[in-house]
Amino acid sequence: MATRVTTEPSHEALGLTPEDLRSMYRTMVTARLVDEAAFRLNRQGKAPFVVPVSGHEGCQVGTGWPLRRGQDIWVPYYRDTAIVLLAGMTVYEIFLGLFAKADDPASGGRQMPSHWGSRRLGIMSHSSPIATQVPHAAGIAYAAKLRGEEAVVGCWFGEGATSEGAWHEGMNFAGIHRLPVIFVCENNRYAISVEQSHQMAVENVADRAPGYGFPGEVVDGNDVLACYAAMRTASDRARAGQGPTLIEAKTYRFFPHTSDDDDRSYRTREEVEEAKARDPIARFAALLQDRGVMDTAAIDGVWVETKASVDLQIDQAWNAADPDPSSLLRHVFYEPDDTS
Amino acid sequence: MTEKNVVTAIHDSLHDEMVADERIVVLGEDIAVRGGVFRVTQGFLEEFGEGRVLDTPLAEGLIVGLAVGMSLHGLLPVAEIEFADFIHPAFDQMVSEVARMRYRSNGDFGLPMVVRVPWGGGVHGALYHSQSIEAFYGHIPGLKVVVPSTPYDASGMLRSAIRDPDPVLFLEHKRTYRLIKGDVPDEPFQVPIGPADVKREGTDLTAISYGLMLHVCLEAAVRLQDEHGISVEVVDVRTISPLDAETILDSVRKTGKALVVYEDNRTYGAGAEIAATIAERAMFDLDGPIVRIGGPDVPAMGFATNLEHAFMPDADMVSARMLELARL
Repeated sequence: MATRVTTEPSHEALGLTPEDLRSMYRTMVTARLVDEAAFRLNRQGKAPFVVPVSGHEGCQVGTGWPLRRGQDIWVPYYRDTAIVLLAGMTVYEIFLGLFAKADDPASGGRQMPSHWGSRRLGIMSHSSPIATQVPHAAGIAYAAKLRGEEAVVGCWFGEGATSEGAWHEGMNFAGIHRLPVIFVCENNRYAISVEQSHQMAVENVADRAPGYGFPGEVVDGNDVLACYAAMRTASDRARAGQGPTLIEAKTYRFFPHTSDDDDRSYRTREEVEEAKARDPIARFAALLQDRGVMDTAAIDGVWVETKASVDLQIDQAWNAADPDPSSLLRHVFYEPDDTS
Repeated sequence: MTEKNVVTAIHDSLHDEMVADERIVVLGEDIAVRGGVFRVTQGFLEEFGEGRVLDTPLAEGLIVGLAVGMSLHGLLPVAEIEFADFIHPAFDQMVSEVARMRYRSNGDFGLPMVVRVPWGGGVHGALYHSQSIEAFYGHIPGLKVVVPSTPYDASGMLRSAIRDPDPVLFLEHKRTYRLIKGDVPDEPFQVPIGPADVKREGTDLTAISYGLMLHVCLEAAVRLQDEHGISVEVVDVRTISPLDAETILDSVRKTGKALVVYEDNRTYGAGAEIAATIAERAMFDLDGPIVRIGGPDVPAMGFATNLEHAFMPDADMVSARMLELARL
């Protein structure tokens, strides 16, 4: 197979500063705390539906970090809480979506939570059907290339998406035209309940990339810097006109698929606990300490400060206005106050 | 004015729009090197280059999905699906993405784009080159579905579709491509999306139709006038969605009789919506039952000439039903 595996690069070699690392860590912690709060609110009956990110924070922050706000395009899927944080969405905005408030930037309370979108931030709107955003990413990348822009497109999905025809079609087209797009598979081994061995005969999703004429790379999705390194190489390639890359980040989701799922029917508790022992956040914290970037007190401080900030923003979002029922009928077609 | 057939009118309008607006990109199967199986994009590759005239892999969901991405990033895609019968793999993109983008984003993301689709029977297309798809998409809020049936309307409505801030499914009846000729202005002009059009005025009965069946109705109307002195008004629906109920209702209120003709399978077809609209809103202006003529409820027309004819309503059948209704 033409698949390369990378792990454990040093941050200096990658051009990351200590402040970059601290900021990456804060983003991961924020995503984790968003999750924990969202599930708590779900149990309190305040949030009807939650899509968890926990376990994926490392691969999201690693692969999202090389993209440039205001220039590059983010094509996420519903588990990408940390990706949209990197793109500039605030915790307040995320909870406006969770509570389905009028000012929810993605949809004004129309879509389920975690169905992201913000034209202002370059986060493309997406739906619930899986992999439909992959041809969009290819089309956006085609447009960027035709218009001579420097923009690259990041497109994220789970390994479940790779069974859809739309995924294959988008990959194939991106390869034909050597488009500036990076496909990132957050492989957590389960398409809700269906384990990888029932999804594909190959060991790695990335093994499919040569079939589309571009490189595939497997990375440890719990190793933030390895994910960053892979994405940095891929985005440099894309910006240089060398075409797409498929990055497969092997990871695990700690919670059920959604708040409506019960993963006890398809995963043993032992398996979940083993995965949690490889928590990307704990691992990154250890690395930061090893390299002298943060000490224990600083790390604890991040959790305390972030939790206070998240709680404050949740309160603000909870007290925001609900959508007016009359808004149900709006924006079917263009209206003069639409932003596009 | 120049006399053109439908396919030439579409070719010329699309060409002129591409000259005028560099954002326009055409994409689809066989549309570049081959110039389209119906020749709508003949010569475009040479003139506009492969960046803007794009042969795609054979994957309809991809074609529509790419167009979504292009539209999201500043291009104005005019996608072609080679035959309506092959659009079904793109149903998810059309329904879940194209139609809902503006709505689901609360007006944050619009999708100006056109999907051109040759449809309809009468060309020995059998089961998979003859289908009608307007009812599938007319049912989806967020899509505009148009069915121009003359060179003038095809030209003017294509220009409107390209300028529309929302996605337009542009249905071109392939039997009309070279069969129907008419005058088209040489200067750019637009025919608005939405309004229906009275193609023939009359007083005794209203026939409501679109596509090839519009021309069948017009022929039948001439026969009724010539042979029986019965005056038939023919309304061209032109836009399936959003439907112009007022023009239809005005005509029906005037004549008191309504006959709806379409070549799709009769049950749940677009004609059913039109008939229901008339029944809801003009019941007491009617002097007879609403007559609905459509294809039979079999999967599709056959390849054999007589099987195809047996499927599609023709002027003999339509004029007989018109006469029946007029004499009630």
